[in-house]
Amino acid sequence: MTENIVRTPRTAPAAGGARRNRPSGASTPVAVQLQNLRKSFGKVAAVRGLNLTIQPGEIVAFLGPNGAGKTSTIDMLLGLSQPTSGSVQVFGTTPRRAIEHGLVSAVLQTGGLLRDLTVEETLRYTGSLFNHTQNIREVLQRAGIERLAGTRVGKCSGGEQQRLRFAMALLSDPALIVLDEPTTGMDVTGRRDFWTAIQADARRGRTVLFATHYLEEADQYANRIVLIRDGELVADGTSAAIKAQASGRTVRATLPGLSNADAARFPAVTGADINGEVVTFHTTDSDQLARFLLTRTQARDVEITAHSLDQAFIALTSQSPPGDGIAAPRPGSPDARPAG
Amino acid sequence: MAHTTIDGGAATVPAAAPPGISSRNAPRLGGFNATMLAIELRRLLRNRRSMIFAVLMPVVFYFVFRSQSFDAGGGNTAAFVAISLGVYAAMVSTASVSSGVSVERSQGWSRQLRITPLSGTAYIVSKILVAMVMGLVSMGLVYAIAAATGAQMSASAWVESFLLGWLGSMLMAAFGLMVGFLLPAENAMQVMGMALTLLAFAGGVFIPQTVFSTGFDLFARLTPMYGVTGLAHAPVLGWDHLGIWLLNIGAWAVIFVGAAVLLFRRDTKRV
Repeated sequence: MTENIVRTPRTAPAAGGARRNRPSGASTPVAVQLQNLRKSFGKVAAVRGLNLTIQPGEIVAFLGPNGAGKTSTIDMLLGLSQPTSGSVQVFGTTPRRAIEHGLVSAVLQTGGLLRDLTVEETLRYTGSLFNHTQNIREVLQRAGIERLAGTRVGKCSGGEQQRLRFAMALLSDPALIVLDEPTTGMDVTGRRDFWTAIQADARRGRTVLFATHYLEEADQYANRIVLIRDGELVADGTSAAIKAQASGRTVRATLPGLSNADAARFPAVTGADINGEVVTFHTTDSDQLARFLLTRTQARDVEITAHSLDQAFIALTSQSPPGDGIAAPRPGSPDARPAG
Repeated sequence: MAHTTIDGGAATVPAAAPPGISSRNAPRLGGFNATMLAIELRRLLRNRRSMIFAVLMPVVFYFVFRSQSFDAGGGNTAAFVAISLGVYAAMVSTASVSSGVSVERSQGWSRQLRITPLSGTAYIVSKILVAMVMGLVSMGLVYAIAAATGAQMSASAWVESFLLGWLGSMLMAAFGLMVGFLLPAENAMQVMGMALTLLAFAGGVFIPQTVFSTGFDLFARLTPMYGVTGLAHAPVLGWDHLGIWLLNIGAWAVIFVGAAVLLFRRDTKRV
């Protein structure tokens, strides 16, 4: 990407309608590009070969159970830690450089605030560190904490502090906001208010990446869900598509001598666990699969089990490590994104 | 690259052009600026604990020690005590302010700052500057009260001892940073309180170096407040031990700054 920094203000009049139309092809840096990203802590692999491309303007939920590698990935994305191998690029440059230029900001899980400062002081302090800063009043308003301007941070509730963190992240008018489990510990009202503020902001065209382990949050607020488990990507698609996949049924059958490769070729199969002669298929269309099993194979004892949405999500994110069964769609393969 | 997520085409295209690295500049001086310094100073004024510890205590000590009498060289006893307690005030101030980095670490503020353009160097420089301002205020207060209540020395001695003591107190700012990066917040504050008092005794702040026994003096020379205290008294008492003082200050500066830098690197290491 562009190596030298051209000192052009962001608001410089662009030629013709170029500002309104997405510049084509190579001249547009992707917001985030992770290539074969790996991170190990000693012998523990937290992130195991993640590939991910996020385009400007996307609202992406980074969904996975606790310990799936979400925070490790976000730390690398923000330059807080170094990948063990692989690469991270943010707007075509290193995370640190993107942060220095005010392109990326983040709302971290906890901490990050000085209790003895007021809300307004915290924002003025943070804002003073950037070259391009938004008006503090406006940021307070957008985060919904105008009335707290003069309040000491230590006296704010958890939800209010979280909205302050969000306000801080807005200060540099970043092109990408990263939120790490932003609503952990918030009550229902706090959570709803927080997401209202984020959504209002996202409508302005910012790229948003948020980590969460709440399926419901990902469903409601993201237009793309990246599902990870054990440091690997297990599904990537719209929330509707993920839901269809996650809410699929399980078909169990006794079918001796079946290999993973055979199972993968069966219709509507998204995954299979083989345990001796008993095979448990994860499927998007249990009728089609059952019909196939009963008419085209030697399968016996066919059972169909329906999952609730939550159960299905748990199933999808807590299967035995890939290798024992067929992993759900592989990143990058044409079927990676279920039609939706 | 047809993403299922960007449906609706032009309708969802952001109003602002997708920015690139070329559209923004990084701040100069690693983000260091006057606004952050002003807010840091305001934080100090609010910190009741450090105001009592670093500003009021030395003044109280001044009145306690002032009445003693001993050979005070070219000034009166009160002037001698004023220099001692002024230097003490400056050193306690700089050390306790800079050790405040431990609080910022424990509250996650330093981590938060790492996702801003602020550079590590700019952060450290701002801490030292704020510590020095605090030292200036607390030492200035001791000197002002001393001058108003009968301490006497030549005008040049007032100025020189003040500047030497104040600038020398930067050594203790490095000490504070070292402790602040080494220990968690609660421990850092306790250790500072204890360490500063002991070092002040050993360094000849509370008991004049001139009355140290030979044996104790040999030990005292190895402690970090010895050099700065001796140097601050030199405009009145003479420069006889300049070499020892400078050696003391130089050696401790290498130790404190070196340790602070190593610990800071450990703290912000991008593992």
